[in-house]
Amino acid sequence: MNKDEMIKKMVSILASEFEVEEEVIVPEANIKETMHLDSLSLVDMVGLVEEEFGVEIKTADLPTIKTFADLYDYVYSRQ
Amino acid sequence: MEEKDRKVVITGMGIWSCLGTSLKEVRQSLYDGKSGIVFAPERKEMGFQSGLTAHVPMPELKGKVDRAHRVFMPEEAQYAYMATVDALNMAMIDEEYMEHHDVGLLYGNDSSADAVVKSVDTMRNKKSTHLVGSGAIFQSMNSTVTMNLGCLFKLRGINMTVSAACASGSHAIGLGSLLIKMGLQDCIVCGGAQEVNPFSIGSFDGIGAFSKREDEPEKASRPFDINRDGLVPGGGAATVIIESEESAKRRGAPIIAEVLGYGFSANGDHISAPNVEGPKKSLQMALKQAMIRKDQIGYINAHATSTHVGDTNEAKAIYSVFGKEMPPVTSTKGQTGHEMWMAGASEIIYSILMMKSHFIGANLNFEQGDEDTCKLNIPAKRLDNQNFDIFLSNSFGFGGTNSTLVIKNREDNWEATGEEEEN
Repeated sequence: MNKDEMIKKMVSILASEFEVEEEVIVPEANIKETMHLDSLSLVDMVGLVEEEFGVEIKTADLPTIKTFADLYDYVYSRQ
Repeated sequence: MEEKDRKVVITGMGIWSCLGTSLKEVRQSLYDGKSGIVFAPERKEMGFQSGLTAHVPMPELKGKVDRAHRVFMPEEAQYAYMATVDALNMAMIDEEYMEHHDVGLLYGNDSSADAVVKSVDTMRNKKSTHLVGSGAIFQSMNSTVTMNLGCLFKLRGINMTVSAACASGSHAIGLGSLLIKMGLQDCIVCGGAQEVNPFSIGSFDGIGAFSKREDEPEKASRPFDINRDGLVPGGGAATVIIESEESAKRRGAPIIAEVLGYGFSANGDHISAPNVEGPKKSLQMALKQAMIRKDQIGYINAHATSTHVGDTNEAKAIYSVFGKEMPPVTSTKGQTGHEMWMAGASEIIYSILMMKSHFIGANLNFEQGDEDTCKLNIPAKRLDNQNFDIFLSNSFGFGGTNSTLVIKNREDNWEATGEEEEN
């Protein structure tokens, strides 16, 4: 899967699970604000990404993943 | 008036059950003697001895409750949410009222197995705890219904789950009525909820408690009948709003009925086999608390679940209290199966609906009594033109917990509910 394909899949999965329009998931947007995540639903997002992309997101790394672009880079570099 | 003498009235009802998901639908099902029981072949594939169950539709909460909260709600909390929305509407209680008054919440529930099983499966298969998801802990706890409803409706009074096996819903209403009588609360959302998924009752099936009459699902639940061969598991949720009479009148709310008496007892005996003395004590206490004569009871909604020993011993208890002055006795479980944690609340609603529409639905599938149940006055066909205004409802549970409620009809502002009788 190239990065564009990965991003397309990520946007589709996140929009569906967290019930937001795909259009609002843009690279520079803040993940928590865009998908209205609190500390609990953030756990679900991490689990979902790990399940779908086979990548472990370490708790210690979470503070560095603020935008969708950060998430794409993190996942793509570890696939 | 002494605080402890305050009258406790019912101002709202809502239900999500195998007989319908609105009061109108449920009333019609009771009138028609409709069965909510089906055969579920997937249970046989799981190793169940009986594939019989009530069919309860899943609510669609998308668009009603945010995703962030929906993940905290197991099926029984979803049923309870739907029932409570309707009950609050009927009681004319809106968000603003709940914002400014300490409305309580006492709901019967005694399991939340599906979430527990799924979490354990994930932990075993994936060797991970965070993959179970953020909702699992809140879905798994026994108090899941009250924690969910309390947050969703922003309730600020007492908040507690009543776990008393198959008497949970009845005790919830009874305990709530005591808090209101004592002046500690003005209004409490009461009820009972019951999950329907196979994991929740697999172990119950394992002890051989369920009917095996799989070729005739609608005839499987047959309380008091001589050929009964076990109960059929059911579920859903039922909400009853109880309130002090002064509070209801002050708000101009409909007063649907009054909680006259609450009796309770424990058998202190066998964990699954009920006895006669415990239920009898509960019946007598409820009548005493209601301060009425037994001949004022126009209908008894029995606990009878369609098991041999349970129905027999309840029949003995009822007969020992009422003797020859026996009002009609039915168990609505012939139609619904055993709604367990929910039953004590749903059966108050079923009985109120019948009382207000002047009929007593047939004790479905009752054809012939045995030597004890034949002493009761059990209608095999619907009784019409029944003008009773007080009924008694029994609920008994594993461990020998017993609860009995006595309810009186009230019609103050009933027309405001739009639930006028149709039959």
